[in-house]
Amino acid sequence: MRLLKIYMQRPELVALVVLIVFTTYFAVASNGLFLSNANVRGMFSLYPELAILALGFSLLMVAGEFDLSIGSVMGLCPIVLCAMINFGLPFWPAFILALVVGAAIGLFNSAVTLRFGIPSFITTLGTLFMARSVAVVLYSSGLATTLDTAAVPTWAFSEPLGIFRVSAIWLIALALLVWLLLEKTNFGNWIRATGGSVEAAKAMGIPTSLVKTVCFMICSTLAGLAGIIQVVRIGSPIPSMGESMELQAIAAAVIGGIALSGGVGNIVGVVIGMAIIRVIDSGMIMSRVDASWFKFAIGFLIVCAVIANHWLERRARNIKLEVAQ
Amino acid sequence: MNAPLIECTGLQKWYSGVHALKNVSLRVERGEAVGLVGDNGAGKTTLIKILSGVHQADAGKIRIDGKDVTIKNARHAMELGLETIYQYNSMVPTMTIARNVFIGREPLSWSLFGFGVMDQKKMRAESVQAIADVDLHLRSPDALVGELSGGQRQGVAIARAMHFKSKALILDEPTNHLSVKETDKVLGFVRDLKKQNVTGIFISHNMQHVFQCCDRVVAMARGEIVFDSPISKTSIDEVHGYL
Repeated sequence: MRLLKIYMQRPELVALVVLIVFTTYFAVASNGLFLSNANVRGMFSLYPELAILALGFSLLMVAGEFDLSIGSVMGLCPIVLCAMINFGLPFWPAFILALVVGAAIGLFNSAVTLRFGIPSFITTLGTLFMARSVAVVLYSSGLATTLDTAAVPTWAFSEPLGIFRVSAIWLIALALLVWLLLEKTNFGNWIRATGGSVEAAKAMGIPTSLVKTVCFMICSTLAGLAGIIQVVRIGSPIPSMGESMELQAIAAAVIGGIALSGGVGNIVGVVIGMAIIRVIDSGMIMSRVDASWFKFAIGFLIVCAVIANHWLERRARNIKLEVAQ
Repeated sequence: MNAPLIECTGLQKWYSGVHALKNVSLRVERGEAVGLVGDNGAGKTTLIKILSGVHQADAGKIRIDGKDVTIKNARHAMELGLETIYQYNSMVPTMTIARNVFIGREPLSWSLFGFGVMDQKKMRAESVQAIADVDLHLRSPDALVGELSGGQRQGVAIARAMHFKSKALILDEPTNHLSVKETDKVLGFVRDLKKQNVTGIFISHNMQHVFQCCDRVVAMARGEIVFDSPISKTSIDEVHGYL
């Protein structure tokens, strides 16, 4: 009971406990292999990229909208980057342009969703297919070629730093920025109000469409950035990059305590949520569990998190009724 | 003699062929508590939506404090001193009281182009003060509005309007779905507006409630004002006769 009350107020603490439990379990089950230098380094390659993807998505979810297209945007932006570089553009302008493409997709998602009053779930399902298709077409046309690692600033994205990589710094900086935006600024207050109750926010004069558009754009831009970090690390574009990663981002958000109904959530929880997912993925391999169980484990965790969320919502409603009588 | 706080003349509004407001004129003085009654579709909601900036009138004039205005949006209405409290959605249930009180009007300790860092200490302190000013006592400004009862929520909404020195409060069915005790509390809030020289426009289906807390009753039917009288000179039965 008390634990659930804590969960209601601080879901990220519960997520942290879950993370520690899983880490300890896998460390033991794998005879220490899980926490070996090489494995931790491996986890810190993929983790920051996916956590950045989940950051933007979570911000949008707090604003009360949804984006299924982030995995495809994560695939498309790096291909745009590689194509631009292939055309002779230096890295940084190409980098900016690729992010602009990401932001433009966010703008498109937002415009269609808000203009036609379509659930963003459906709009972005459309963009998921379209962006992926464009990525594959661009790739198979041969425009996007392997990056010349000498000419690419790996120091800015993927250079190893002890057991970490530079991408961990990106994650920390971006998580801090998104956290500040949501918790400390007036715009964060508008995001929460818009996600919590669009009508109330409108009645108080909040430009809810603008708020949602900005969140859609931040979400897609961060998805593009996640893809770019990955392509710099790997060195060559892959048209299937980011495929089904939107589902991991959703899972991280839900496990981290972001409410599906909008308005509620904490960025710290999301960063931990993605860590839990990566730990389970890697831990299962290290403990020699059949890797096919990975999706089962994630699915099970999501269901548990959603049930807990829903139960709390009902409970909160009951508290209200008790006071009213 | 001062100009009335709100003066509407000849307001007209059509919704795709339906004539929702027919030449409505209404004067409301400072500190007056006006009860606006009428059946569904009588035009009450249309009238207040025009005053709160949600819709614009197709014809007619609105003067606030003697000045001609066109109320462009909700924000503009609030800047003019007209604050509307809707029955359900005046508050965001998933946010704390302190954050709710300042939605859209956050005090900033640092800002650039209107965006910046909120002064949360000030928000907490001032929201506690604002709530205490309407004689409502809540345990913490960090409690979620979703945990409050319906009457407490209306209280916080009224406290918010008072805090921002609104000249007029428009309350849309504030007593719907409230228990008797809670209703009394809300009616008390409306009566207390007068002490601070704040105008109240109280929209209700319930004639009893209007007669308990207003100075004047205005009845609407079929898009027109059909009756307008001080409460002291009329009776519930008489008003009912016009609806």
